[in-house]
Amino acid sequence: MSSLFEPVIGLEVHVQLTTDTKIFCGCSTEFGRTPNSQTCPVCLGLPGALPVLNRQVVENAIKAGLATNCRIAPRSVFARKNYFYPDLPKGYQISQFELPICEHGWLDIETEGRGPQRIGITRIHMEEDAGKLLHAEGEGGSRVDLNRACTPLLEIVSEPDMRSADEAIAYLKKLHQIVVYLGICDGNLEEGSFRCDANVSVRPRGQEEFGTRAELKNINSFRFIREAIDYEIERQIELIEDGGTVIQETRLFDSDKGTTRSMRGKEEAHDYRYFPDPDLLPLTVAPEWVERVRTELPELPEAKLARYQQELGLKPYDAEVLTADRKVAEYFEACLARHDNPKLCANWVQGDIQRKLNETGLAVNAIPVTPELLAGLLKRIDDKSISSNIAKQVFELIWESGKDADTIIEEKGLKQVTDSGAIEALVDEVLANCQPQVEQYRSGQTKVLGFMVGQVMKASRGKANPQLVNELLRKKLD
Amino acid sequence: MSMTREQVAHVARLARLDLADNELDRLAADMDAILSYVDKLNELDIDGIEPTAHAVPMENAFREDRVRPSIGTEKALVNAPAADDSCFLVPKVIE
Repeated sequence: MSSLFEPVIGLEVHVQLTTDTKIFCGCSTEFGRTPNSQTCPVCLGLPGALPVLNRQVVENAIKAGLATNCRIAPRSVFARKNYFYPDLPKGYQISQFELPICEHGWLDIETEGRGPQRIGITRIHMEEDAGKLLHAEGEGGSRVDLNRACTPLLEIVSEPDMRSADEAIAYLKKLHQIVVYLGICDGNLEEGSFRCDANVSVRPRGQEEFGTRAELKNINSFRFIREAIDYEIERQIELIEDGGTVIQETRLFDSDKGTTRSMRGKEEAHDYRYFPDPDLLPLTVAPEWVERVRTELPELPEAKLARYQQELGLKPYDAEVLTADRKVAEYFEACLARHDNPKLCANWVQGDIQRKLNETGLAVNAIPVTPELLAGLLKRIDDKSISSNIAKQVFELIWESGKDADTIIEEKGLKQVTDSGAIEALVDEVLANCQPQVEQYRSGQTKVLGFMVGQVMKASRGKANPQLVNELLRKKLD
Repeated sequence: MSMTREQVAHVARLARLDLADNELDRLAADMDAILSYVDKLNELDIDGIEPTAHAVPMENAFREDRVRPSIGTEKALVNAPAADDSCFLVPKVIE
């Protein structure tokens, strides 16, 4: 990439909220039902039907605002954004324009390129989603499903503060993590619960003024967002270097080709004639409401990450893995609450538990080894009832049977042998059978000790305490 | 105030109105008269007055997030000029 130019990126993210009902009517928001079965006069845009605001949508918007360091507006207003499209039955979308509910926030990100950066959040506003156009095969027209019409969205608009696709991705991942932690969005990119438009421009390095931007629409994976932004940066630089000029336009990303192409025709319609919606009363949010929501916020990923390192003494990498997903973090904490050994809990959650999650595709709150069962197992490791090797076997058995560790250890006779008399007998037996190794050891090749420890462990079927075996062997050999 | 034919044509296009040439001229004059009339309001001194979006002195009408019955696919489609068994049909949308 030419270093003479600097990319400038701003992002608009549409977050679909997980409320049970739509933003302005009581229809269900459940995904995947028969087309148009979840509709009523309000979301169909029938004449005379009046919208009434869903309180939970406001509550969720306040949560998002607080979690992204925004100022919550004491008074905000809904506005009509006017345009014609077949998925928009009223001929306008109810949104917020001049007075959005949240403004002036920020998120901190870190990338290798520029290190830590604070990305400004211009605003967050509430709005309704449009319906879905289903493009029928063959001739004929398009089909319209209005089940999604009127589903609540938050639009979160960033400042043009990002300078690379890396920074854009870091910002998006952080935002995604926050809305999922808050429990206000399911975070499913493929199903469109978290949608991103990117405004991309380039300018000669050192120039204050922004270049003309292109808007990249509706890209549904982090990987595609990176590809689309990188392609667009490259395209604009080449265009300018060849003496051309970038025009302001909407471009669609083609994930098959990895390119963006102009989406002509939508340009002229960019005259939305916003005005306050007379059907909806102004919204006031009292400071008490904001404070109540603030006290109910869950611990956010950034705070959790810091706490895991500072209070639990976990390594930065481990803390990051454990906090990436709120449910995994909760599992870890539930386990830790029952067995207070942060490092051991951390190792098992990001080791065997994570491996099992990957293998089975199960969600962490749906696995047979509950935090209680895992904690029960870890207790037996820490009190030396079983070695960590045996623990892995026990873990598999817990997973299969749902029985607790103590039951399995008892049933299978897996308790570690710490009776030195019993181990000594095994040690003597192994020494008698390993004369060559004994001589090697005595001639200074002390590495063979490991082999002999292994033989004793094998003879005990893994149940001997390895440390004890070690000690006894040395005592007899030295 | 002086509405141009182009402005009238632009507004007509946004509203999906198909106007004949002679209508453009007539409407430009009509709209001019209306706007001049409304323009009288600009003579008022409104310094320090908040814009009024609503005439009713009320705010915050909420509903709780509880599902209420929808009318269902069949009723939803009953007035549609064109529909199949579950969807509204519209002329093909090209992107």
